Amino acid sequence: MNPAEAPTAAAPSKGTLRVVQLYPRDMNIYGDWGNALVLQRRIAWHGYTPELLEYNVGDPFPDGVDIIVGGGGQDSGQLIIQDDLQARAGQLKELAEDGAPMLVICGLYQLFGKFFKTRTGAVIPGIGILDVETQGTDERLIGNVKVSTTEFGEVLGYENHSGQTTLGSGVRPLGTVAKGTGNNSNDGHEGARFRNIVASYLHGSLLPKNPAIADFLIRTAAERKFGSFSPGAPDDAYAVLAREHAAQRPR
Amino acid sequence: MVFYSVPLGKLVRRVSRLRGGGSALPGLVVEKIDPGFMRRTLATLPHGVAVVSGTNGKTTTTKMVVELLESQGLRVFTNRTGSNFTRGVAAALLGEVDWRGRLDADIAVLELDEAHAVHFVNSVPPKYCLLLNVLRDQLDRFGEIDKTAQLLQHIAAKTTGTVVLNREDPRVARIADTLTGQEVKYFGLDDSLLGTFPNDDDMRAAPGSPAPAGLPEKPAADVVLRKVGADSAEFEYDGGTVTTAMKLRGVYNIFNAAAAMTLARSICGAGAATADHATLLEALSKVAPAFGRGESLTVDGQPLDLVLVKNPSGFRLGLKSFAAGGYATMIAINDNYADGRDMSWLWDVEFDSLREGGVDALTGSRAYDMALRLQYDQVPVGAVETDIPAALAAFIREGRGKPKRIFCTYTAMLAIRRELSKITTVEVVS
Repeated sequence: MNPAEAPTAAAPSKGTLRVVQLYPRDMNIYGDWGNALVLQRRIAWHGYTPELLEYNVGDPFPDGVDIIVGGGGQDSGQLIIQDDLQARAGQLKELAEDGAPMLVICGLYQLFGKFFKTRTGAVIPGIGILDVETQGTDERLIGNVKVSTTEFGEVLGYENHSGQTTLGSGVRPLGTVAKGTGNNSNDGHEGARFRNIVASYLHGSLLPKNPAIADFLIRTAAERKFGSFSPGAPDDAYAVLAREHAAQRPR
Repeated sequence: MVFYSVPLGKLVRRVSRLRGGGSALPGLVVEKIDPGFMRRTLATLPHGVAVVSGTNGKTTTTKMVVELLESQGLRVFTNRTGSNFTRGVAAALLGEVDWRGRLDADIAVLELDEAHAVHFVNSVPPKYCLLLNVLRDQLDRFGEIDKTAQLLQHIAAKTTGTVVLNREDPRVARIADTLTGQEVKYFGLDDSLLGTFPNDDDMRAAPGSPAPAGLPEKPAADVVLRKVGADSAEFEYDGGTVTTAMKLRGVYNIFNAAAAMTLARSICGAGAATADHATLLEALSKVAPAFGRGESLTVDGQPLDLVLVKNPSGFRLGLKSFAAGGYATMIAINDNYADGRDMSWLWDVEFDSLREGGVDALTGSRAYDMALRLQYDQVPVGAVETDIPAALAAFIREGRGKPKRIFCTYTAMLAIRRELSKITTVEVVS
């Protein structure tokens, strides 16, 4: 099987979609690049032109953002971006309320919430786009995860976090955990959904084996920008098989 | 109890070898019945214990240190079986001590996994330690990279004599600031070679973005790798440079030669032997890679290279060090505990260099994760077969007449070696 081809000169682009990676320099661990790469390729496979930009601490914030993707980081990375993120909170909130699709994983999922209270009691403020709170613990939740969702079917990934997140009434969970732990060790929920934001603890990377989520972000971005989305036909044969095999692996 | 623990452990070792079992079981037995065995035995060594730890290159570096010291006439005990857990050390000791528990060696050079090294140094404080690097590897086990750096720092803190650090890895070099009594020595790299060592922090950094806080000013290094040729390398020490032939391939292996030289020079300088640089260099030039670390076997009259890949930086270095052209390529990815269960790391490796020639075969329990990864880097993929013996047989059959290269995770490599040993001579390590 050959990799699917990008649109050719014979098939003109349906328009440009601008994807912005949030803080890839400091919040990029466990293959978060995979999510950005999947968006970049699938946008092309759907017949649109991808434009992938990075936003790091101190950069001017790009205009015309269509999709935001943000990853996890170590505690040190979270400290580095903290002030800059607060300074950008207004713009990000505006985009979120306006329906811009976003994917935030692990560390940025936590910081998109109200606050992160560390084990020692220190409180790192979030930007409050998501009605969630996170509490640091001594217990690390690690392993393969299977989540049942109504929107995206079965979602597969890998969790590795010690923060435990509790959802408020302003968000709904991404899904219910069928294997693994998810947001916290109590309620069996994983991730959060709010407007067009998908927030999750899952690495893996998340999007390659869950193309339904990638296509949701792309469709939403196209509809928001162009009023409609006309999909292409990405070849997902390997994704289907990778999902089948991953689902059978132990925790 | 102590009096019969050694004979009993040795007996278990013999029985477990007859059964073809793992190398750590006898270590486990002796640990249980005689917890002081390891400390007591190692304490008898006149020049103490040297611990080698870090994410990448432990096995080859340890092998180099051992061969360098042996070239100086020292009798060296090491955990050669690649069982780099405390239990593996106890098992290796059982193989070497006589029936009364005496070890006939001058010094021990031990390769230890970061987390196990911490347990080990709490029980046996080493006289020397060599800390290679901190890279993303099996973070699902240790948590985060900064945590791994803390493990290495603990090893350094427990060391009683000399701590040898990688000057070019900021997380390792910064350990020096936390030490009080120990002597610190660095091994280093010429600035012109730094670019060949992408670290995890640089991985996806924007062009021109500053590296994370390194050392404000580089300290002087005991041994610096200046240049790497096709089969030679140039090192600087004692104010001069020397060029030596090298059997080892790959810049990262040769950089570890500078690490091994620094440790060997420290040990000799401390009176264990008088360092004779002519014989040291000769020994260095003869070091062959440890198993699976760029070793080349012969199958059907053609070379077959095994390249162990355990983490993104190792995979990237492997792709960079071994050009794809002219080779049939296979990638074998398992996700057993020893490999790390999280597949995210595959997304931190760029596979562009394989795009032109494609990849002939993919195998391992996560062969389809690899296929998916390559699809997104637009690398053509041939056969995908999760069963390693079947995939290997087809790969060898279809690649007849071509040199071959297999990139493999740890347990995939063990499986491949087991299969290859049926058709060629392979040292099987279990």
